[in-house]
Amino acid sequence: MKAWIACWNILAKDMRAYYLKPPNISWGLIFPLAWTGMFFVRSGSGLDSVPTLLPGVMAVSVLFGTTSMLAVTVTFEKKGRSFERLLLAPISLELLMLSKTAGAILFGVANAFVPVLLAAFLTDLSGINWLTLIPAVILIAVSSTFIGLLIAVSVAEVFEAQTFSNFFRFPMLFLCGLFFPIAQLPVWLRPLSYALPLTYGTDILHSSIHRPPHLPLTLSFALLAFSCILLFAISLQKIRQNWIS
Amino acid sequence: MNDKAIIVRGVAKRFTAVQAVAGIDFEVDEGELFGFLGPNGAGKSTTINMLIGLTRPDDGTIHIAGIDCSTKPKAAQHLMGVVPDESNLYPELTGYENLTFCGSLYGMSKHARAARARELLDRFGLGEAGGRKFGGYSKGMKRKLTIAAGIIHSPPILFLDEPTTGIDVASALQIRQLIADLNTAGTTIFLTTHYIEEAQRLCRRIAFIVKGRIVRIDTLDALMRHTNGRHAVQFAVSRGAPDLCEVLAGKWPGLRGQVIAEDQIRVESPEPVRVGALVRWIEESGVEVSEARQLRPSLEDVFIEITGIEADAMEQDKAGKGGGQ
Repeated sequence: MKAWIACWNILAKDMRAYYLKPPNISWGLIFPLAWTGMFFVRSGSGLDSVPTLLPGVMAVSVLFGTTSMLAVTVTFEKKGRSFERLLLAPISLELLMLSKTAGAILFGVANAFVPVLLAAFLTDLSGINWLTLIPAVILIAVSSTFIGLLIAVSVAEVFEAQTFSNFFRFPMLFLCGLFFPIAQLPVWLRPLSYALPLTYGTDILHSSIHRPPHLPLTLSFALLAFSCILLFAISLQKIRQNWIS
Repeated sequence: MNDKAIIVRGVAKRFTAVQAVAGIDFEVDEGELFGFLGPNGAGKSTTINMLIGLTRPDDGTIHIAGIDCSTKPKAAQHLMGVVPDESNLYPELTGYENLTFCGSLYGMSKHARAARARELLDRFGLGEAGGRKFGGYSKGMKRKLTIAAGIIHSPPILFLDEPTTGIDVASALQIRQLIADLNTAGTTIFLTTHYIEEAQRLCRRIAFIVKGRIVRIDTLDALMRHTNGRHAVQFAVSRGAPDLCEVLAGKWPGLRGQVIAEDQIRVESPEPVRVGALVRWIEESGVEVSEARQLRPSLEDVFIEITGIEADAMEQDKAGKGGGQ
């Protein structure tokens, strides 16, 4: 069995059916642009603030671009029973879910670079360390997608997936050091910040663009990668437990 | 033909308080069209889900084409085609795109799945609708495309779950013919249905499942022998006359009369019924007979006798989903 044919076509079908639809493309463009504009205006410190704001806006774009899509590509298809067709395909559950989430990961990565493109017109980005920024964006997209996947496979209805997504996403805006340092959070909230993978991704983004990292880069990458593996493993376990029990 | 396509031994499944399937055993030969008959909630869908790997059995073993699917459910999925009880293709894709996508899930090359999709669209009378979105199809068209998607990779074993439920009579007839043709071409078919007549028309062997247990499994001929010793005649009469049915047993030993409808009486006997004498007696009793019709025993009679479930009640279970007979 040529598993790659199945995997590629699952990704291509999702891209055609969901991601490349005008509402999603406009959401993918407008949302990051709106966030960038909002924080730029709010900071009031002129173009100098762009590099400081950019990591947070990139992380938000990835987070919202990825998690919102899994409710459709997984929960909606499960509800409509078309997901059963995928579960019956002679490919492993691991490959199937990687194919199913690949679209969201690519969509999230693309979303991350919308604010970067915008910022390129406003400020000098020559100081960016692309060697750490690009892997960080990819790992943030993967971990955010797998958070979305975990939510999507834990609920039965699309609206539940969206509600739970917001329950996780909005606190993460404040807890993960996107727009102000974790050091400014109350001490009792900080352990929660360090339990969230986005904290490590955001720290790498900040260090790639405008300041030294708060944590060693290798540790941040390792923890981010570990969270991806953990979230994926739990999601698969949930699928086996709830959908193939 | 004697190789086994499916072997099920002691398979059981429990969902919290409900024992959905309680230790069933059966085998399906290669090339056989095997019917799995039972009312709603009998365990048909749970059984089919365990066979195709969507549900794990609590106990027992399942072998598909010699592969142990109870421990390795994925190992035999390339040999199976599955048509679920609801059409579950993608509404936003066209008929053609749905078929080629399903072909890709089984590793078919672009050229092979395109050719096969076109072949199946023509074969199922959907050639012209192939470019239209699946969401806009009629129920009958959706059902046909779902069956086509199930056989896109030419599987040797096909699982059909209630294939004609909820569709119009013409489409149901077409689908039954397609099922028969597939079987004739060598595909082993496991068919679950609550339409007894459908099972009688299509299947060589049938299992009756009630409350998670197989209560009878046999060839159609053997099941029908069950009723071969009985004879029945139905009379169209001017009035139902329940009093007449009561007198009948005393006057004609061995005969049993039953008012079927206001103007219909059914008479059953272990011996051939002497229709002429019976008609004369009924008319002398003041009831006019306009028609006498000999009834052939049906699988429905066997089903009722074995399971104690009225066939009408079983079909009413699915009334919400439409006809199809």
